[in-house]
Amino acid sequence: MGRLDTGRILATLAVIMFACLAYVPTIVREGDIVFALTDVYLYETMINGLLLGGVLALLSLGLNLIFGVIDVVWICYAEVVMLGMYAIFYCHTVFGLPLIPSMMIGIALTAVLGYAIHYLVIRHLVNAQPINQLLATGGLLFFFQSAATLAFGIEFRNLGVSLGSFALTQDIYVSWARLAAFATAAICVLGLYLFLTRSYTGTAIRAISQDREIMTLMGVQQGRMYLMTSAIGGGLAGLAACLLVLQYDVHPFVGLSFGPIAFMICVLGGLGNMVGGFIAAFIFSELIALGGYHFDIEWGYVFAFVFFIVMMFIRPEGLLGKRS
Amino acid sequence: MLALSGVDAGYGSFQALFDCTLEVRTGEAVAVIGPNGAGKTTLMRVISGLIPARSGTMTMQDLDLVATPPHDIIRLGIAHVPENRRLFPRMTVEDNLRMGAYIPMARARFGERLEFVYDLFPRMRERRNQLAGTLSGGEQQMCAIGRALMSGPKLLLLDEPSAGLAPVVVERIFELIRVIRERDLTVLIVEQNVQQVLQVVDRAYVLEAGSIRMSGSARELSDNEEVRRLYMGL
Repeated sequence: MGRLDTGRILATLAVIMFACLAYVPTIVREGDIVFALTDVYLYETMINGLLLGGVLALLSLGLNLIFGVIDVVWICYAEVVMLGMYAIFYCHTVFGLPLIPSMMIGIALTAVLGYAIHYLVIRHLVNAQPINQLLATGGLLFFFQSAATLAFGIEFRNLGVSLGSFALTQDIYVSWARLAAFATAAICVLGLYLFLTRSYTGTAIRAISQDREIMTLMGVQQGRMYLMTSAIGGGLAGLAACLLVLQYDVHPFVGLSFGPIAFMICVLGGLGNMVGGFIAAFIFSELIALGGYHFDIEWGYVFAFVFFIVMMFIRPEGLLGKRS
Repeated sequence: MLALSGVDAGYGSFQALFDCTLEVRTGEAVAVIGPNGAGKTTLMRVISGLIPARSGTMTMQDLDLVATPPHDIIRLGIAHVPENRRLFPRMTVEDNLRMGAYIPMARARFGERLEFVYDLFPRMRERRNQLAGTLSGGEQQMCAIGRALMSGPKLLLLDEPSAGLAPVVVERIFELIRVIRERDLTVLIVEQNVQQVLQVVDRAYVLEAGSIRMSGSARELSDNEEVRRLYMGL
């Protein structure tokens, strides 16, 4: 039954996507009327949407993993990404390290930060009321923002690295940074999937979210599993930072611009459901890209949020979430 | 093999076990019987470390269980099949069995033990890729017992294996306990199905209101007037 249900949802989504594609069947551009399906710029937009989806998928992956396993929502997740972006910026621009080692340091630091967040804060709240968990991680959000403001100032910084773009066809240009981000995200999602399904540790991480207490009987130390998950989640935030820092400026409040989207993706996909989150990321990115193409980029976000709200009425448990 | 002496335990301010002394010798099958709420499940949970013992001593093959962290109990050769089976419902049968072999010394022999479990429960081989939550009650119990066997235990703790199963299935579960005993496993079993369990075990303890009231061979207890009246409805 579950499988059929999933199939029906995916079919519905396909219809919605197609409707989005064709929701303005003809476009008036500079006096000419262009039929949408033959419009190369539309295809360029959709490709960019797809590439953006990869980054959003990666961004929500760590958050989803942590929620799925530990059952605590890290409100401060995007701020971990922000700190990762600063780490890369400082290593590369200030200390003059090459880009790749800078990124590795960024990932390592956010992994340590994820570990520390769990060890210092979440560990003491695992069995607390959800509201207290939210308040604690919400407090961390402001702590990280303020700490970053004090340490780095409020100036917008960027790496000053431009990877340029290449021509896919005569008319369609694709940015290397976005393509690299998409490819990395795809590899990571696949890698995480294999880790979670093929290894003992990965299987244990999935199992612990289904029955915490009984894992002890299997010889699994719950606390250690949580610390490892938090470190992996932090590392994924660092990886997202690597991809974002190539395309966006860093400032202490940059987390606010993609944190809410990351949360909505997780919720839309079904909190803790990684496949659902993955699909949701692409729906969001296409809505943003297509809305931005037909109207303004702000309208893209409006469409995405409206879609989110409507879906919350139709399927409050998320696309692939379990009904409870 | 397993020895408990003067064990007290409970939840918060509620004490569930008082001064429990019990022994399971190598190769034996021992049952703990008693009414609902007598503390039978608590006893099992204390042995496997899910609830700390407040006082008393517990040893497994002369190793101190009280000082062993809960997640290391399984390394001493104690596998616990919990009440209500507690499978991972959204994982396949084989992934559930894989979790049973999580400890490093069991991982090395995963393939071999998987064959052993599949030979014991051919049904599990057929359903290896099915989600555990979709199995029938009897199949879930087999999967739970199989999961416990994957760690290669010396002592198997079974908590109410027949609970919630149809009479025909209950028969089969007790039959399986006989088969498991033939494989040189020591078994400690908690059961409400007193009449049937006394046919597969060597000895039994009667637990009432957290204290051990009686003990004896399965034969003695099935002939005991009080046990027959209170627990067998005869």
